[in-house]
Amino acid sequence: MLGKLSWAAIPFDQPIPLFTAALVGVAIICVLAWVTLKGWLPYLWREWITSVDHKRIGIMYILLAMVMLLRGFADAIMMRSQQALAFQSEGYLPPEHYDQIFSAHGTLMIFFVAMPFVIGLMNFVMPLQLGIRDVAFPTLNSVSFWLTATGALLVNISLVVGEFARTGWLPYPPLSELTYSPGVGVDYYLWSLQISGVGTLLTGVNFVTTVLKIRAPGMTLMRMPMFCWTTLASNLLIVAAFPILTATLAMLLLDRYLGFHFFTNEAGGNLMMFMNLIWAWGHPEVYILILPAFGIFSEVISTFSGKPLFGYRSMVMATMAICVLSFTVWLHHFFTMGAGADVNAIFGIASMIIAVPTGVKVFNWLFTMYGGRVVYSPPMLWSIGFMVTFVIGGMTGVLMAVPPADFVLHNSLFLVAHFHNVIIGGVLFGAFAGYTYWFPKAFGFRLHDGLGRASFWCWIVGFYVAFMPLYVVGLMGMTRRMQHYDVPEWRPWLLIAAGGAAIILVGIILQIAQLVVSIRRREELRDETGDPWNGRSLEWATPSPPPAFNFAVLPSVEGDEAYWGIKQRTRQQARLGEEPSYADIEIPRNSPTGFTCAFFATFMGFALIWHIWWIVALAALGAFATFVIFAWRDEVEYVIPADAVARIDRDNRTARGEFALSGAVS
Amino acid sequence: MSTRPDGLPDGPCHRSASAKAARCAVFVAPIILTACQPAVLDPKGVVGIAEKTILIDSLAIMLAIVVPTIAATFAFAWWFRASNTRATYLPDWEYSGRIELIVWSIPLLVIMLLGGVAWIGSHELDPAKPLASNTPPLEVQAVALDWKWLFIYPDQRVASVNQLVVPAGTPIHFSLTSASVMNAFFVPRLGSMIYTMNGMTTQLNLRADAPGTFRGLSSHYSGDGFSDMHFDVQAVPAERFAAWIDATRNSGPSLDAESYAALARQSVNTTPFTFRAADPDLFQQIVTQQLPPGPGPQTGRPDPSVSPRTEH
Repeated sequence: MLGKLSWAAIPFDQPIPLFTAALVGVAIICVLAWVTLKGWLPYLWREWITSVDHKRIGIMYILLAMVMLLRGFADAIMMRSQQALAFQSEGYLPPEHYDQIFSAHGTLMIFFVAMPFVIGLMNFVMPLQLGIRDVAFPTLNSVSFWLTATGALLVNISLVVGEFARTGWLPYPPLSELTYSPGVGVDYYLWSLQISGVGTLLTGVNFVTTVLKIRAPGMTLMRMPMFCWTTLASNLLIVAAFPILTATLAMLLLDRYLGFHFFTNEAGGNLMMFMNLIWAWGHPEVYILILPAFGIFSEVISTFSGKPLFGYRSMVMATMAICVLSFTVWLHHFFTMGAGADVNAIFGIASMIIAVPTGVKVFNWLFTMYGGRVVYSPPMLWSIGFMVTFVIGGMTGVLMAVPPADFVLHNSLFLVAHFHNVIIGGVLFGAFAGYTYWFPKAFGFRLHDGLGRASFWCWIVGFYVAFMPLYVVGLMGMTRRMQHYDVPEWRPWLLIAAGGAAIILVGIILQIAQLVVSIRRREELRDETGDPWNGRSLEWATPSPPPAFNFAVLPSVEGDEAYWGIKQRTRQQARLGEEPSYADIEIPRNSPTGFTCAFFATFMGFALIWHIWWIVALAALGAFATFVIFAWRDEVEYVIPADAVARIDRDNRTARGEFALSGAVS
Repeated sequence: MSTRPDGLPDGPCHRSASAKAARCAVFVAPIILTACQPAVLDPKGVVGIAEKTILIDSLAIMLAIVVPTIAATFAFAWWFRASNTRATYLPDWEYSGRIELIVWSIPLLVIMLLGGVAWIGSHELDPAKPLASNTPPLEVQAVALDWKWLFIYPDQRVASVNQLVVPAGTPIHFSLTSASVMNAFFVPRLGSMIYTMNGMTTQLNLRADAPGTFRGLSSHYSGDGFSDMHFDVQAVPAERFAAWIDATRNSGPSLDAESYAALARQSVNTTPFTFRAADPDLFQQIVTQQLPPGPGPQTGRPDPSVSPRTEH
């Protein structure tokens, strides 16, 4: 009746996951009870859960990423403390638990923190920057989000029902095959990623269509803000790379569920095929994450230097070069497989070539600051911190692209330090820069400045203290994923690294404090102008938060930096432009399709993991029915009448106009 | 100088480790690390020495542009701060063909140089390439098992588990495979690592230049017992190696299909031991799967199909 599921699947003998799950369970129940008692459920359902507004969906993506960041960071703290303790002892985490923790840490941080964070920012910002009302397929956008949430939910259920994968964040066969991992852990991993992967692929299709087909009048490709270019590049990569991931994981699923032999030891299976396929997705994935971050830094550095981005065309070229080249380097993840000198050398050199456009970007940001008036707001601090940190991470990356150097560094903690150096210093700093930069646009008030600075300093100091020692132990020959060790020389460095993780923890606590304090003091942090940073692109031309239709009248773009141009013209003419003639606006209706689909997908995924076939059938039927009902809908849109549009727009048109006139643009 | 198993001589710099040292480590990494001599930077074999040279050279080439870039970031950010009235403000300056040319050329030139290093290095240090030497190489067949290492000396017809004795100064040619899941064979102070994969053979050539004891390990995660999958490599003078072979031949069990099947079962933290006799065809039988791949976990909570467990 319930497949493999029984009470014995709950780890009653392991206090840590049990206690954590109880804590999280109580927290969820409290929040639900509070929301219900306050009578907010209908509001949440109407305005958020069923929303197809790209801004709301973007915010929900970022919220998901932040919550998952806490879970992933809890895993990180446990790994660092385990390695600090487990010198000539077992530490406090037995291997079967420790192995789940590092696998879950990687999986969560990449798929359910970094991905939703950058997708959330792209969702929120890109349509505003393009001067349009929504993405190409708003309901599909909601489906994407909820399927991602389903994946995250399944990974977290594994904490307390069964187990998570113990194979690392990429389940290399044959370890991940049924013979060596007969448990449900790998199945949790596979179904979570298959379900959320569908969501990500749909996002890619949606955003590529949006950027290529829907832009404000006059917004030519070469007038798009840099962030839109990196969004385009990143989503092109999603469209090209995520099907590879889905197919590869599907093959592993066939091996595990139906006795196929794609990657098994026996019957002609070959694990090398898995490694090639997974990295043919995995390396572009790195650029899917970092390119949007590059876009954020371009926006932030230009805005806070009070200058246009230096070498815009060069930046576009570099972005697209990275986009193409990222597909030619996957083999550098396994130089030590014995492929032969020619193959290794060619992929090593190809990997280095990517450093050229990346280097160009760094120099262009440098020259964007040159001749500027640099304001050290928190988004700019994150950006400068990124420039310094990322250059170091890039250097160690190119070092490992030299095959003979990789022969002694591969899989060591040097590698772990390298990719944290680029992912924390690049993607995460970028996400935090974007979060502080666009927060006032989303909510109409700024984040607290002092706490933002404090958290930045904790993060950057904590990062160096946590990861520089890992470079050192890597050079001492320490390999990754060790549950315990007996080499005394490694220990001091691992103790320092644990200290670094503690400093980062303070940074995270300060970020939470920043959010709470900012909400409480929102009246003094309020921004009436819609343009708190003196921005240059169109998102700042809207009120904060923007109305459902974004722009009362679609802007007409006449130059490179659309909003900067509008502000300058306003100033030159020393008066506001004529009030536009407002018209009715059609807005897509909210739809529960995404949430319902994900509801069924959650049950289907869970039932597939536990082999409860009747639930699988029912849930699949439910998801299909949801799709059919959506396809048969009659009313697609609703109309906001012209006078309502006019009323909403006039409310803060004056405030924004006066700000533009006040001389903020010099 | 005394040598630790992991290859680290005693040194004062480890005791004075502090957060500050760690942070500046990246900037002065080559200096600090050469002084402390961590395994990879204190190689004791010809392959490791060549790889260390390439590592340091590549790092130096890149530092030549990375350090000025970091310095320029700080300098620009500081000089062009909004409060500095002496800095010129160029609100519309966004393009300079000359600078564009330079910013594309600098990384390109560096990469051309490094690409040359990578091309030559990959060919010189291809793990499968035999080492130039007058002494004929010693053949060793390595098998990664769950979770221990089996070393077969096909010409001497002996074998050892979690212990590798080799003659110093003689090139060693390894043929490697895995009995079950993937692992990587790595002796940091001798050089290159290489994967071991079931059904396949990889090749590796290493040499210990002088006698010593070096730590070897699996450097590819392979499951619950992975952390204990390390071994000592004892490089000894040729005559002591011959004596060790003789002594080994006279004691211990013998390695055949039956004892191999027992060995292939999952076990953790196996104490090193030797086999007095080893079937010289055994390695080939493992590679061709005439001897089936090792079994996975047999116990679990409530059974292996939900959450497998391994006894420690």
